[in-house]
Amino acid sequence: MSMLELRNVSKVYGEGATEVDAISNIDLTVDRGSLVAIMGPSGSGKSTLLTIAGSLEQPTTGDVLVNGKNVVGMSRNDKARLRRRTIGYVFQDFNLLAGLTAVENVSLPLELDGISMKKARAQGMAALDELGLADRAESYPDQLSGGERQRVAIARAVVGERSLLLADEPSGALDSINGEAVMRMILSACHGGVAALVVTHDAKLASWADRVVFLRDGKAVDETLPAMRPEDLLDAANTSDS
Amino acid sequence: MSIRHSLLALLSEGPKYGFQLRQEFEASTGDVWPLNVGQVYTTLDRLERDGLAHSDGVDADERQRNFQITEEGESELARWLRTPPDLTQPPRDELVIKVLVASRLPDVDVYEVIQIHRRYLVQLMQQWTHLKEDEAHFDLAFALAVDAELFRLDAVVRWLDAADGRLRRASHESTTDVADAPPRLARRMGAHR
Repeated sequence: MSMLELRNVSKVYGEGATEVDAISNIDLTVDRGSLVAIMGPSGSGKSTLLTIAGSLEQPTTGDVLVNGKNVVGMSRNDKARLRRRTIGYVFQDFNLLAGLTAVENVSLPLELDGISMKKARAQGMAALDELGLADRAESYPDQLSGGERQRVAIARAVVGERSLLLADEPSGALDSINGEAVMRMILSACHGGVAALVVTHDAKLASWADRVVFLRDGKAVDETLPAMRPEDLLDAANTSDS
Repeated sequence: MSIRHSLLALLSEGPKYGFQLRQEFEASTGDVWPLNVGQVYTTLDRLERDGLAHSDGVDADERQRNFQITEEGESELARWLRTPPDLTQPPRDELVIKVLVASRLPDVDVYEVIQIHRRYLVQLMQQWTHLKEDEAHFDLAFALAVDAELFRLDAVVRWLDAADGRLRRASHESTTDVADAPPRLARRMGAHR
């Protein structure tokens, strides 16, 4: 079963003469264990699509299913619970709380969900440890480098039993080596069973995905074909050189 | 790709046999550029002819010849490493020509043409990126060669994105004043609306 499914989703902002179609008739599925990238220029509707997928915004028409449950029409409380327990977000500017340490930032969503502080902290530490940040757990965001802050944000997004990771330009302003590290972490979460949807304008980032969907003026206009095996690529390179 | 200078670089580490140079060349380029034995010995013979390397036993079996770099070879290697390749002349890029041609033809949707090439390039990038995924078999030379290919392809995708944006902007600006637009541009806009 797909972890995320968008069925004929559209979003219209404004009314009458000022009406704007942000996204139109989007069909999209993201299975457990897979990484899907949405690629498109600024204003193509990428961020709108992500906020609707994350139940932060309601579509004008269409259905959004997270783990088989239709989010459209769900009560506010149910949606909030779904966001706390199932969905993790990674934003371009990290969105860490400045007054909390790394481990407090990571364990906060668990505490908000009613888990005891001690248990939440243990799970937060485990998530940080997995991303190689155990020794930075007590540091505040302004004491961390850009790469470390984004790793904390990823730890926060996958802590607990989260199974859907939504990322908006997750490598942000990071250099290419740190950007690659971020994508490796997202991919590693997918190998652990998480479904991930990443929106980006950056082809290097998108190329980590199993599937890339191209968005243009709010419409999904194209997508990549299933990848060749890496060995085929090397064979092709070697054949053309000899 | 200068095989000549790559072999000089390997010889600067110490004397080596031809078959050994071939193996080390392929390993140092992450096995992305394979070499055949003939290429190796032809290049070594030229290095020797030009005084940049010498071998013991000219009459011996090729496989038994041991090559060493000369002082002239060391100087040539140092000079080559520090000489930027000639990038002053833009290459005659087939993809650029295709997009330029598509943008002039009234019955062709240039944005569709751009998307076909964009998708192809991103698929290629996906394949190269998958090669990097396996960190357990991480090889520095291979990672550098794969990065070079990814950055090259990424630059082409960025150019396509810029071309797409520039064409849309030009088309949008011209719709406000179609009567004054050159006939070819007016026809093209008609095709895309």
